Amino acid sequence: MSARHRDARGRPVVAVTGLGIVTSLGQGKQANWEALSAGRSGIHAIERFPTEGLRTTIAGTVDTLFDGPFAAPELSEKLATLAAQEAIDQSGLAAPGDFPGELFMAVPPVEMEWPQKQELAATIEGEVDYDGLLRAAASQRYRAMHEMFLFGAVADHIAERFGTKGSPISLSTACSSGATAIQMGVEAIRRGETQAALCIGTDGSVHAEALIRFSLLSALSTRNDPPEAAARPFSKDRDGFVMGEGAGALVLEDYDHALARGATILGVVAGCGERGDGFHRTRSSPDGKPAILAMQDALEDAGLKPDDVDYINAHGTSTPENDKMEAMSCAAVFGERMARLPISSNKSMIGHTLTAAGAVEAVISFMTIANGVIPPTINHANPDPAIMLDVVPNTARQAQVRTVISNSFGFGGQNTCLVLTAAPFVPESRA
Amino acid sequence: MSRDVVITGIGLASSLGEGVEAHAAALAVGAPPVVDAATFAPYPVHRLKPLELDRQIPKKSDQRQMEPWQRLGVYAAGLALDDAGLKEDSEAKATLQVVVAAGGGERDHAVDSAILSGLRGANQPGSFLNERLMGDLRPTLFLAQLSNLLAGNIAIVHGVTGASRTFMGEEQAGVDAVRIAHARVAAGQAEVMLVGGAYNAERRDMLLLLELGGFLRHGDFAPVFARRDGPGAVTGSAGAFLVLESAERAARRGARAHAALGGVVAARSRRAPGSVETTLRGLLGGFGLLGRDVLAVTAASGAAAITDEEAAAIAATGPSRRVATGDLVGHALEAAFPVSVALAAAALSTGQAGQAIVTGAGHWRGEGAAHLMKA
Repeated sequence: MSARHRDARGRPVVAVTGLGIVTSLGQGKQANWEALSAGRSGIHAIERFPTEGLRTTIAGTVDTLFDGPFAAPELSEKLATLAAQEAIDQSGLAAPGDFPGELFMAVPPVEMEWPQKQELAATIEGEVDYDGLLRAAASQRYRAMHEMFLFGAVADHIAERFGTKGSPISLSTACSSGATAIQMGVEAIRRGETQAALCIGTDGSVHAEALIRFSLLSALSTRNDPPEAAARPFSKDRDGFVMGEGAGALVLEDYDHALARGATILGVVAGCGERGDGFHRTRSSPDGKPAILAMQDALEDAGLKPDDVDYINAHGTSTPENDKMEAMSCAAVFGERMARLPISSNKSMIGHTLTAAGAVEAVISFMTIANGVIPPTINHANPDPAIMLDVVPNTARQAQVRTVISNSFGFGGQNTCLVLTAAPFVPESRA
Repeated sequence: MSRDVVITGIGLASSLGEGVEAHAAALAVGAPPVVDAATFAPYPVHRLKPLELDRQIPKKSDQRQMEPWQRLGVYAAGLALDDAGLKEDSEAKATLQVVVAAGGGERDHAVDSAILSGLRGANQPGSFLNERLMGDLRPTLFLAQLSNLLAGNIAIVHGVTGASRTFMGEEQAGVDAVRIAHARVAAGQAEVMLVGGAYNAERRDMLLLLELGGFLRHGDFAPVFARRDGPGAVTGSAGAFLVLESAERAARRGARAHAALGGVVAARSRRAPGSVETTLRGLLGGFGLLGRDVLAVTAASGAAAITDEEAAAIAATGPSRRVATGDLVGHALEAAFPVSVALAAAALSTGQAGQAIVTGAGHWRGEGAAHLMKA
């Protein structure tokens, strides 16, 4: 195959040929799009575990996939499997179990959970300690727990199921992990190492301890009633994020490779930008510089200017600090135009899907491009006078969108921005 | 585009101490390992030789907000930056990209134990758990536990504010971290990268995870390739970071190169008898014909069967010498491969060999190899 299409820097163009998504709004692109464009929330009261004594009792969990109890890595794997299957099916790229490219996967941190520790503890006489747990483990009667709680196991299982090539990568850049998974796929294709990449972000880790940890950091909304009104990004009365679960999967492909096989091209990942932040472990630099630079880097990587951007898919967590910093950073990048440039937060409806968010929101961004409709920021009754943005309040809006910036910012100074565009020369592609 | 990549900075800390010299000397003479068979009995562990943290992490407040594995990693990263002459180069650090291989944070063993004891008699186990976690978890613990916070702390402590990525997935995370960092410099996607990992072996929660699968040696230390009587890993606290740089950039700034990193490759074999040997042979074969005077450094875990397979794959390349990283500093999981590459680079830097290969088969999944030459 002759290499015909190159981006402004002479690199392969990275096309998107498959998209898959699962969130609390449902399974698949259609179910999610219906809800997102109707401004419907997937946030609800938690039923998975008892919530007595907790300050936050709501989340955007995905509750329909298991009949019995399950551990977070099992749900994360299930969510990823469903999203990946949808994306691969749409791409038409792979025979079952034989995906011809590498796997880049954002997975939530994994550790042994309480039910399994309780199972070991039940064998101990007297007070429980780790030496007792170790003796139970040494019996080799609990071998399955080893694999269940390895960091690499979720991606390994996905690699096995879909037959991806090479060494699967499990990564974390906190709340920008999903975007980093996509960026790594883009880089591998640009290096010419692979002509296709399966990029997934998944997170099914809403359990008591995970929720309590965020709660102890005062990061979560405590506006439990009604649950669907808790996430209110960019509002004056925002009080924290709502945990969500889900997965987003993208099949990335060398554009020429996709063209040669007659694939429908759903869009292009045109640019990626990332910056670290050495200011603080949870707080962003007050001047917003890393976020500003990440957006500017992404635009430069795409060979585009701020004026080319039609819409911003915000990180928009609904925490006081993020939304303020993001608004300020966007104003710095887009200038006066920011007052008119639509920016909305999917998290107002699906919550913060954490590790998965960057991938989930990239999938939604491509659906936004395909449908010519911008999903709203719901629960926007009380604008923050310090943040004067067009947040597409409460109801979806028709708009021609060809170029999106999708922002992801995470604890630990992780800032990743993606520039996602419509397919070149094929304005009526469908996602 | 494929550019030459050199290693201009090595940061190493382990049970043997810290720095290139200490480790190169131990490697040269096959120094006996420092093993503590008592504290975590029946599991022998190579405990970290205590660090003077102030030398790399000047602020006590920073030290307090990190767990041991993060302090170890930040310390080793600082050594690598010093060694590469980049520590005071704020311009370079502002764009320096970081890849870290990391596991997770340490459990509060006392809290876990007390809660597990209490749960057995609790009438309402769910609300009991909530109440105890709300009361007993330290809010900052969560941050110390995030895998990507080793990278975050490198940014905060050393002012490295280029972007970072954290790979997880046990030993293979370390292989892939070095592989991706190398690939990005070779392809011109980055000029200089800081890559490495750190592992704290002095944790019962990690011993528990490995023991669940039967991957730990009990009793006394024995060399990695002489554990027939009791296969399994002897884990060790160790951290290693490398500064990888395009040869061009290194030459331009007059930096000393310890070694050239010729290639880093990785695979995921479907584990079955023989698969590790076949896979490693394939990976090593990709390096072409190796000459004489080849040092083989292996990150083998000591797990049954696969360690013998790794030995066979190494033997097939006819190295002049084979060194098991585990015999020097123990098995450092995510850090095992970065430590091994660092040892190989230190050996080349001190004239112990003309070239080196590094291999590693994860205790459960993943195979990797690297090829280093004299710079």
